[in-house]
Amino acid sequence: MAVIRDVMAAFELFQPTSVADAQKLLEQHGPDVWVLAGGLDSFDWLKDRIKKPKVVVDLSGIGELRGVRTLGNDGGDGIEIGAMTTLTEVVNHPIIKQKYDLLAQAAELVASPQIRNQGTIGGNVSQDTRCWYYRSGWPCYRAGGNICYADAPEGRNREHAILQADRCVAVNPSDSAPALIALDAKFVIRTRKGERVVDAEDYFVGPDIDITRLHILQPGDLLTAIRIPSTWAGAQFYFEKIRDRNVWDFPLMNVASAMVTSGDGSPGDGSARTIDRIRISVNAAAARPLRLKAVEDAVRGKPRNVATGEMAGKLAVQGAVPLQFNTYKIPLMRNLVKRAIVGAGSATEEATWAS
Amino acid sequence: MGFLEWATSPWGQLVPIHIAWFLIWVAVIAGFLFFIVHAAYLRYFAKPKEFAGNISPSEAARIPEHVPRHSLTARLFHWIMAASMFTLLFTAFLPRVGVQFPWVTYHWIAGAVLTASILFHIIHASFFMDFWSIWPDRIDLRDAWRRMMRAAGKPEPPPDKFAKYPLENKLYHAAILAAGLSAIITGVFMMSRVRTVFFPRNPYLFSDMTWGMMYVLHGLAGVGLIALIMVHVYFGLRPEKRPITKSMIFGWMSRDFYLKEHDPKRWVVETSPSPSPSSSSPSASNQLRGRGLSDAG
Repeated sequence: MAVIRDVMAAFELFQPTSVADAQKLLEQHGPDVWVLAGGLDSFDWLKDRIKKPKVVVDLSGIGELRGVRTLGNDGGDGIEIGAMTTLTEVVNHPIIKQKYDLLAQAAELVASPQIRNQGTIGGNVSQDTRCWYYRSGWPCYRAGGNICYADAPEGRNREHAILQADRCVAVNPSDSAPALIALDAKFVIRTRKGERVVDAEDYFVGPDIDITRLHILQPGDLLTAIRIPSTWAGAQFYFEKIRDRNVWDFPLMNVASAMVTSGDGSPGDGSARTIDRIRISVNAAAARPLRLKAVEDAVRGKPRNVATGEMAGKLAVQGAVPLQFNTYKIPLMRNLVKRAIVGAGSATEEATWAS
Repeated sequence: MGFLEWATSPWGQLVPIHIAWFLIWVAVIAGFLFFIVHAAYLRYFAKPKEFAGNISPSEAARIPEHVPRHSLTARLFHWIMAASMFTLLFTAFLPRVGVQFPWVTYHWIAGAVLTASILFHIIHASFFMDFWSIWPDRIDLRDAWRRMMRAAGKPEPPPDKFAKYPLENKLYHAAILAAGLSAIITGVFMMSRVRTVFFPRNPYLFSDMTWGMMYVLHGLAGVGLIALIMVHVYFGLRPEKRPITKSMIFGWMSRDFYLKEHDPKRWVVETSPSPSPSSSSPSASNQLRGRGLSDAG
């Protein structure tokens, strides 16, 4: 199938300057509209002529969607990040760096500096999957068809899902999403019925629920902001992203954890600190970023040491079903979860996996 | 607006991928239109039923008060099939109209239950029931013609009473058989495209065109079943059909209804040797094992 990479198909462009105007446009044009944030996902689709929307609504002119605001007195209730805030702004924001560094770490590992200057936090969490069969315009399940080309014996599926696949085996490629889940962020959505606030993990859907999208936004809906409560401010954070090219690539897998411990000691010895509270999430293992609740429950109250990390790693991959070329993702996820609990330094000790 | 949705395969071939989903609403509207038209016809235009021939009082007295119609096995099959069919339709079409839930696993499990129950029914009906009782015969066709002519005011002799199943029942069975088997056969093949306990996944079992046609047939059978099942439920709830519905629950219909609608010569029920008060009591008649019961299995 020839892919045309020169000019986009014609569309009607709207550049609203307020959320209210944008929402009216989205409601007016319904499923015919394409929402343009930073454009890094959108222009691939449009220039390849795989997606040919009749109407594009460019959000870049809406000032109220940009910037980081504190909630409560001196940010005591957390922060709110406008959906059109660039990833560079997120990385460099002093409060985020001071209190929610997990998000800064994750955002800083997104693609390249140029892309982070243009890409937005809202776009990063709402971007589409990078499965090349789907991105090439093949009529797969996600494109409304009746086949998954990647989940076949000869399919190129090295980057695809090992968990929660349901017909489609594509994965969510966002780096900021697992960090936001670990921080217990809330996504603020404007809908036809008013404002709706959902937990970060509930913003994403798997193919079992909706095979044609990665998030819950319906035509007419607009993600306006992301709120991070102060619950995890200043906690111990861990973010790690594994990718083929360290300078610029989508994740083969990433992990984010936020943890509060108590007691004395250090990982790896008998006097390890106790894990009081933890949230942990991985992405690129499934079509949605996964919050590992079973792991959180299993390690809560346990010492933060290698044994706990290994137990957590084994638990995290239970139920994983590898494809022809991505079996490596199982030990990868096991190790990432272990490192997210123990810390990279201690976790680099030789693994003692039984299998 | 086409009835099918098409896509270009990686080899540049235009292939159908499934039916257009607006057909769901076409089926639903068709079902409701049928209700309205049929109910209005019965209310305002239909003439009272008239049948040829009458059974003598002595023969009538020998008919048990509870005429066995459906065995427990047949009733269990019917309700298992109904439960799996409703599960299949809801899991297939609710997500298409905006009710989102993880439907695929429930769908193929219900499909497996339906397939197993239909296979059982085919064997049961072929070897343990009167196989031909559900298929239209010459008398059914003759009587259908007579009823149509009489409804149109033409002079025709009254039709005979029904055999075990009225012609409408037989035609409905044939329609649901065609739609059901189409959905089941295509559905069994489609299981090779999802992860089940039955087959290893093989999305390339057929060519894209064959797969496309299979999805189209599955979809057409599915929307057809929506309308068919709506009609079935409608008739099941209609007051004059309630004795038939009750017989699918309790296994029997009353002697009065049997004598009113059915021809004892065409649906033979084993009768008591001689008319006596005891033979008409429920306890006595329940002990009778008539051909009607063996017909129903």
